[in-house]
Parts: sequence; C-alpha cells; structure tokens
Amino acid sequence: MLAMIWAIFRKDLLIELRTKDSLNAMLFFGIVVLVIFNFALESIRESIRAAVPGVLWVAFAFSGTLGLNRMFAAEKENSCLQGLLMLPVDRGVIYLGKMLAATVFMLVTEAVIFIFSLVFFNLTVWNEIPYLVLVFFIGTLGFTTVGALLSAISVNTKMREVLLPLILFPVILPVLVNAVEATNIILNTVDYRTLKLPLTIMSVFTIIFGTISYLLFEYVLED
Amino acid sequence: MIEVHALAKYFGRFSALRDLHLTVREGEFIALFGRNGAGKTTLLRILAGLSRPSSGEVRIGTPHNLTPRAARGAMGYLSHNTALYADLTALENLRFFARLMDVHARDADLIERIARVGLSGRESEPVRNYSRGMQQRLAIARAFLHDPSILLLDEPFTGLDQHGTHFLKGYLTDSHARGKTCVMAIHDAPLGYELADRLVVIEKGVAALDVRKSDVTLEQFMDRYKAVAEER
Repeated sequence: MLAMIWAIFRKDLLIELRTKDSLNAMLFFGIVVLVIFNFALESIRESIRAAVPGVLWVAFAFSGTLGLNRMFAAEKENSCLQGLLMLPVDRGVIYLGKMLAATVFMLVTEAVIFIFSLVFFNLTVWNEIPYLVLVFFIGTLGFTTVGALLSAISVNTKMREVLLPLILFPVILPVLVNAVEATNIILNTVDYRTLKLPLTIMSVFTIIFGTISYLLFEYVLED
Repeated sequence: MIEVHALAKYFGRFSALRDLHLTVREGEFIALFGRNGAGKTTLLRILAGLSRPSSGEVRIGTPHNLTPRAARGAMGYLSHNTALYADLTALENLRFFARLMDVHARDADLIERIARVGLSGRESEPVRNYSRGMQQRLAIARAFLHDPSILLLDEPFTGLDQHGTHFLKGYLTDSHARGKTCVMAIHDAPLGYELADRLVVIEKGVAALDVRKSDVTLEQFMDRYKAVAEER
C-alpha cells in the first residue's frame, strides 16, 4: 500500500517539477498577499508581530486552495482520473497519494512565503523555528486531509474554482483558527505550554477528517 | 461471466439505461451498437466500476461475484479518452500504471510493449508531443498492461490510422482466441460484425436487438438494426 501511495505521490511530483503549474501559482499568490499586507500594516509597524500569524495563514490558506484546485483538475486532462479509478487498488490509496502530494507542495510554498515574511516584516525567529515547523506541518495536514476530498468532489462540477473555497473554508475553520492561535503563541508569548490545546485540536481534527475522507473517497469520484 | 440484471441509470430526469438485461459468457465477444446517447458508454462505465447504477445489479466474475477491486484487476478499459499523463513520457506513463497494477515489468519489457504498439524509439518523448493516433496506441498498451481477462472497449478505434487499426484488430482477435471476454461499443457495423460473435443493439437504454453472428449475415443484421432504430 505504501508503495502505491508513493507511486501516486511521485507521479504528481514529477509532473509538477516538469510543469511547475501549481507551485508557481501558489508562490506568486502567497507573495502577493504578503506584499499587500506589508503596505496595509505599515501604520502598525511596531506591533506587526501580532498581525503576522493571521497574515501568514491567510497567505497559506489561499495559496493552498489554488494548489488543491489544480490537484484533480490536472487528472481530468485525457480523463486520467478514469485511468486511476480503473486501477485494482483500494481507492483510498489514490486519496492518500494525492493528499501527500498536496501537503508537500503546500509545505514548500509555506517555507518560501515564510522566508519572504521574515524579510517583509523584519522578523527574527531563529529560536521559534522548530515550533513553527510543527504548527505549519499539523495545520497543513489538517488543511489537505479535507482539501483533497473536497477537491475531488468539486472537480466534476462546472464551477470548481468557485465551489472549492466555498465548501472548504467552513469545514477547515477549526484548523485555521487554531493554527493562527498556535502561531500567535509561538511568535508573541514566552509560555509555550498553551500550545498544547490548539495543537491537540488540529491533530484530532486531522485524524477524524482524514479517516472520514479516506473512507468516503471511493464514493465521491463515481458518477 | 458478466451478468447485468434490470440495470437502470438516470442522470437527473434523463434515463440513460432502463431495465437492461445482458449476460456475457466467458470468452464471448460482444459488439454493442446504437445511436449516440443510446446508453453504450454508460453501460461500459458501469461495468468498469466508473459509474454507479441507479438501480439493478451487475455481477462480474464466475462462479462468485468479484469484489469491485478484484473486478477492476480482471478488466481493462479502453475508450477514446486515453487516460495518459501528457507531461510524462510514454515509458513513465507505463511505469506508473504497471506499478499500480502490480505488474512486475522491467523498463526493457515496457519499452518492448511500447514498440509492439508501433511507437518504437518514441518511449522517452512526452505524450503531449504525440499525435492523437499515437496516444491511442499507447492507451492500448496502458489499458492491457496487466493482461486482463475482460476487455471493455468504448470506440477503441477512434483516432487510429490503418496500421493502428490493423494492430488493434489483431490484438482483439488474438485476445478473443485466447478466451478473453470482450465487450465493445462501436459505430462501425462491418468492423464490429467482423470481430464479435454476438451483436447487441442498445436503443433508448434497453437491449433492443441481441443476435449471434452465426445466425445473420452482415446485410441481414444491418436491416434488422435499421428496423430497430426506426421502430424506436
């Protein structure tokens, strides 16, 4: 099963490295968001650190949605999705492979956006980086576990670019709120013990929705 | 064996299939005829597990009904959609599908399969650079990579040139001779007649005509096919 998940992930990675369709769009969009906020928050430059968690997750979430939109749309070309669905594998494997690819693309984008944010907002965060990596990872996983399923649902609709954010954001609100909260704790407090609650909520969300998505995936792609 | 019992499929208020009954015996080659929108593709998609019936039953495998996953392993589905990744090379496409079909093939074997469909020396080219006919040839290699016992074919000759058509005809004839079960939707009546041993006409979602090739000449079949289409 792991070999099959890996094969799907590797295929998506290979296509992305060749075309750079998703990563370019995600990075461009994320950096544009940072530039806009950089100008918008000019007046509160002294207390900018308090605004950074929200700015970062807005950039992550919107650029991530772009990536999710592309994820199954690319499978529609030449009806590749049909080829995938005909494979004699548990269809949950397709979900896990696609979800893994979306997570990696999002994490790469987040890393670049984060580096740009350090420059734009003049932040120094060397000591906080391990904690931030943990929050980004769990938050992104929560985002893509639901996002991969909803991307598969929306791919067969006429207005998929509009539909995906509409159905995705209400569902992942608990992840986003807690990710912002956890990032805020890391960047703006010294007591990291309060990190436990948002991290637990995000982890539980990811496990529950990941399981549901895995089980439901078989049914969402058949017409 | 494939058994289709009282199969119906609705898309909103439109019924693509209604109360369709069909039994395909092991090793049989059935050609499905019918006008555009008659329900041929819908039937094949349901058999392939790509579409869920609104009602009715489909049983695949003998003597026991196979699980959906096992049924997918026993089937190869070739349609006019190639299901190939345009940004991957022919070899990368086959390598990917072979891995997921649990086919243990070395690159040399895959290159040989690519050569067999007439694409020798083109295995390292992205599929995007291929012509429509070349893509369809590669789709043949992809669909039957795992040597399935049931071949589902939806207008498989679309886009193929003379050489490609000759190859596919040969492949299907050979597969039929080796006892594979084939269900093929096709508009070209003489070609369907030539390949199949049973001819089924689907009109308005039901099997309106079902005859053995041995019982009719091509002309007789064409007359009856025409009569069915006009009647409905």
